[in-house]
Parts: sequence; C-alpha cells; structure tokens
Amino acid sequence: MTSSLLPVALGNYIALSAVLFFMGVVGVIVRRNPLVMLMSIELMFNAANLLFMAFARAWMNNAGHIFAFLVITVAAAEAAIGLAIVVAVFRTAKHVDVDDVAMLKG
Amino acid sequence: MIAFWILGVILIASAMWTITAKKPVYSVVGLLAHFVALAAMYLTLSGEFLAVMQIIVYSGAILVLFLFVIALLSSGVAPFATGIDRLPKIAAPAIVVALAGLGFAIYAVGRSSVAATSGALTAAAAGPVGTAGVFGSVDDFGKALFTTYLLPFEITALILMVAVIGVVTLAGDSTPYAATEKQARAVRKSMREAIVRGGER
Repeated sequence: MTSSLLPVALGNYIALSAVLFFMGVVGVIVRRNPLVMLMSIELMFNAANLLFMAFARAWMNNAGHIFAFLVITVAAAEAAIGLAIVVAVFRTAKHVDVDDVAMLKG
Repeated sequence: MIAFWILGVILIASAMWTITAKKPVYSVVGLLAHFVALAAMYLTLSGEFLAVMQIIVYSGAILVLFLFVIALLSSGVAPFATGIDRLPKIAAPAIVVALAGLGFAIYAVGRSSVAATSGALTAAAAGPVGTAGVFGSVDDFGKALFTTYLLPFEITALILMVAVIGVVTLAGDSTPYAATEKQARAVRKSMREAIVRGGER
C-alpha cells in the first residue's frame, strides 16, 4: 500500500487544495455581497474536503471519508445560519451590504 | 491521471467564476460546476459515497438554499452590492494573501514525495469504484460511521439541531421579545436607523 494508489502524486492534491482554499479566502476578502462571501466559505470547506479525500486514499484509511462527511454537515449548518442572518439583516435594512452592518463597531 | 488535470482546471476556473461574477446567481452556477467537478474528483479517489453526498447535500440542498435566498431578496429591489467592488481598496492585502497561497502551493508540490506509510488501517481493500465492499463504498463507509465513529456522528445530530433552532430564532419572528406590536414596531425602527447610521460612518 503506497501512495501510488493515487492517480497522481499527493503533492498535486495538496497544491490544488491550497489554490482553491486561497481563492476562497480572496473571495471573502474582496466581495461585499454576503451571499458570495458565504459561497467563498463553501469553497474553503471543499478545498479542505478534497485534501481529506486525497489523504484517505493515499493511506487507505476511511477516517478521511468520515471527516469529509462531518465537514459537509457543518457546512450545511453554517450555510443555513449565514443565510438566516442575511435574511434578518435584509428584513430590517432592506439592503444587504456587509459594510453597512456596523452596529457593533463602537 | 489525465482526469486530475482536467478536473483541476475546471475546479480552479469555476472557483474564479464564483468569486468574480457580478450577479450572485452566476456565482451559484459557478459553484454548481465546482461541486460537480469535485464529486468527479472524489470518484477518482474512490470516495464514491462521498461523491454522491457531495451532489445531494451541496448541489441539492445548500445551493438551492442560496437560490431561494437570492430569489427572496431580489424581489423588486436591488439589495446587493455587485462585482468585486472592494478590490481597489484592499488590492494590496488580497495580492499578499494570493501570493502566500501560491507560495504554499509551490512548497507543497516540492514536498510531494510525502512518505507513503503502509496503510491497511481499514478492513476494505482498494477496488474498482462501484463495487460493493471495497474501500470508500457505502458498505465500508457505513461500517466505519456506525461503529468507530458513532460518537462524532451523534454529535453531528446535535450540531444540526442547534443550527435549526438558530435559524428559527434568527429568521422566524424578527422581534420575538417585544410585548406588544407597538413595541415591536419601535424595535424594528430603531434597528433600521442604527444600521443606516452604521453605514454612513
């Protein structure tokens, strides 16, 4: 059982996952639309999941699959909560812009 | 192996489309392509059950939730800031973050000769995707989930329950603690004014 079980070397998966993760980070930073920010967070979750899957396959250990499954669950909960916050802000302000929601800024 | 490079290009292109698209609906479409390509990538890693979960949960549930919220919020008004409108203000940190990511990626490729430890920590062996009982199949995954990892699975149920209660609290009645309708109106008005003031600052 070696990492030759993978279609390509493990480093390629790490690199792809890192690129996708940082695209998610940049998406959160450069966008003001909270919906797209939430989608960028989903991109980061998925980059982490890809890495879990690659390592699970490399070491033939299905703990990675379980972790990826739990991450998907947490991502679903996070998306539901985030979208509920967006809806709540929209109801009070009739406009959704993260820069406008600064009540707690002091 | 060719599948990795094709899917990798699709993944990066759709992620770029997601974070740069002007309208949120286009971002959702980009994200859909991303999730489908990722499910195909999971199949190449013999994670067939996770590939199915990816399609069902992400494409079927989460993206539809996004679409519902977009449809709900876009009725009549234009509530969204569009485009990558914060880019000019924070171009420098964004470039730094992107370069850091790229550096890490190059470093990771350099260390790609990660030692392959002898695995076989699971009973199932590798086999063709779609075959019962092999690594990553529903059989293998379910046995692990309901025996070794039963406690994390149960805690997942708790997380989902907390999320449901939180969503009902947040998006249910906006002023659940006001005693009268007059008080509720006053709370809503003051919150709206506070948000407007925060935006002007």
